[in-house]
Amino acid sequence: MSRRGRSVTAPPWPVAVPAAFALLFLGLPLLGLLVRAPWGRMWSVLTSPTSLDALRLSLITATSATLVSFVVGVPLAWLLARAVFPGRRIARALVTVPLVLPPVVGGIALLLAFGRRGMVGQYLDSCCGITLPFTTPGVVVAEAFVAMPFLIITVEGALRSLDTGLEDAAATLGAGRLEIFRRVTLPLIGPSLIAGGVLTFARALGEFGATITFAGNLPGVTQTLPLAVYVGLEGDPSEAVALSLVLLAVSVLVLVLLRDRWLRTGAAS
Amino acid sequence: MSDERAAPRAGIEGRVVVARGAWSLDLDVAVAPGEVVCVIGPNGAGKSTLLRAVCGLTPLTSGRLSLAGTVVDDPAADVLVAAQQRHVGVVFQDYRLFPHLSVRDNVAFGARRSGRSRTAAREQASYWVERLDLASLAGRRPAQLSGGQAQRVALARALASDPSALVLDEPMAALDAGTRIDVRGELRRHLREFSGPTLLVTHDPLDALVLADRLVVLEDGRVTQTGTAHDVARRPASDYVARLLGLNLLRGRADDGDIEVEGGGVLHVPDDAVTGTVLVAVRPSAIALHVERPAGSARNVWPGVVEGLEPIGDRVRVTVAGAPSVLVDVTPGAVSDLHLAPGEPVWLSAKATELEVYPG
Repeated sequence: MSRRGRSVTAPPWPVAVPAAFALLFLGLPLLGLLVRAPWGRMWSVLTSPTSLDALRLSLITATSATLVSFVVGVPLAWLLARAVFPGRRIARALVTVPLVLPPVVGGIALLLAFGRRGMVGQYLDSCCGITLPFTTPGVVVAEAFVAMPFLIITVEGALRSLDTGLEDAAATLGAGRLEIFRRVTLPLIGPSLIAGGVLTFARALGEFGATITFAGNLPGVTQTLPLAVYVGLEGDPSEAVALSLVLLAVSVLVLVLLRDRWLRTGAAS
Repeated sequence: MSDERAAPRAGIEGRVVVARGAWSLDLDVAVAPGEVVCVIGPNGAGKSTLLRAVCGLTPLTSGRLSLAGTVVDDPAADVLVAAQQRHVGVVFQDYRLFPHLSVRDNVAFGARRSGRSRTAAREQASYWVERLDLASLAGRRPAQLSGGQAQRVALARALASDPSALVLDEPMAALDAGTRIDVRGELRRHLREFSGPTLLVTHDPLDALVLADRLVVLEDGRVTQTGTAHDVARRPASDYVARLLGLNLLRGRADDGDIEVEGGGVLHVPDDAVTGTVLVAVRPSAIALHVERPAGSARNVWPGVVEGLEPIGDRVRVTVAGAPSVLVDVTPGAVSDLHLAPGEPVWLSAKATELEVYPG
């Protein structure tokens, strides 16, 4: 298969040259990260109090944001895919907005809605004493806002492409709606649930703009990994590089996980 | 007929009306327990809609449907029993096996209905897995099955749910021609063993002839003919059935043994009892072709022009334009002997006794 030499499908140079340039352009920065990483001090940098705080906070908030997305996002995906209701197209468009919206703008929007004087925030503050901005739950809100669409869109797509004939067949065999969802729908969209969850987690972990705008940059409270990287760049660049490597490692892991999923679902269908 | 109507029946019975815009399906159905009724018709005739209505996936627009003596759909009385409570076993055209479950678990899926315990359901599933000869495949996933095996699993799954009726949607359509013969014979055996009513939909006349006790021909949402396979095959009532069976079907007016055929031509038949509007069915092999006007005993002789030739099995089907125009089956040898080619003039002859004449 890997025979070298002349190939009938050799790309013409107007394609090959820019393509090679693009590949270098995407690859070189990552290489730089690996080359310039403080490999010798890696352990001590990563176990410094600031780093540990940021790691811990990022894990907690990204996991929480993913859980929140599952709890409210999967039902929304089901509604968008299956239910017929007025304004469904608008709802679907609304879900995709955070995907293209600059996260900073998302952060400002969140402030206007859930800030202390925000549309909803003022009532949360006065009636329940809940304050979101500049708190750890605020980080979760910012991350969920930006990351949840990944889950919704992945799951909605899976539900749409799922053969409803299988659910019909289950109904004729005496299964009720909940049983059909549990025994047929859920297992069949399982791979997409996992893929969507992994994507959502990865996006939440990397969230920067909305978080810093809505939740601020308080070490130990709202300073997640990307924020710590940004701050580190001004103080100790090697710490920034080390933390960046952690984020890179997570991204690579996500890619591997997703690839495995896709391969397996591909083989099953 | 009147006796049947008076007696309470336990099968599938009622009038099914499903309207969709300007199109509608409207027919009376009656399938007795142990009977296999085959609905045959072209694509878009409403066959699948009928099955969906019977198993509860499509509600009736009007009419009334009862299963095993219970009314399951009656729009006027606001009665609609959901699919999950109807106990109709369905074999779908594409089988719709659950891809994430093994053969055994697919069969057990339906067996778990009606409050059966897990153990009892497993026993029930095992019984049907054995009965349909699936034991060696029990651990496989549907993707690892051949078409015929998948059909057996679909049938086992439907039967394991203890259905009060069985419906099958084009059960042969997903199979390749080579396996159809075996699978059809096997399916026939299993359907004979089922004690409830069976409604089967197909567009393949062979399925209908082999599997069915009674045929219902459905065209554009309406029944155009019912009867035993033998009757329908001998005296088709519509062009669709005639084409399906490869018969010539002519329409005409009979008067004292002479039939004036629509579109031209007169045929002579021995039976002068039939008068008025009639249908004439003629097998393509019952018509002979000649180069010269034949002098034999055939009472019906008319000229024509060859329009086309098409090989069918070991015969060649010749389309001949004339008064009337017909299809004629000849041997390949005859094609060369008679120099048959499009545009060539020929003489046709048919014995009066070969014409099946009946009121149309």
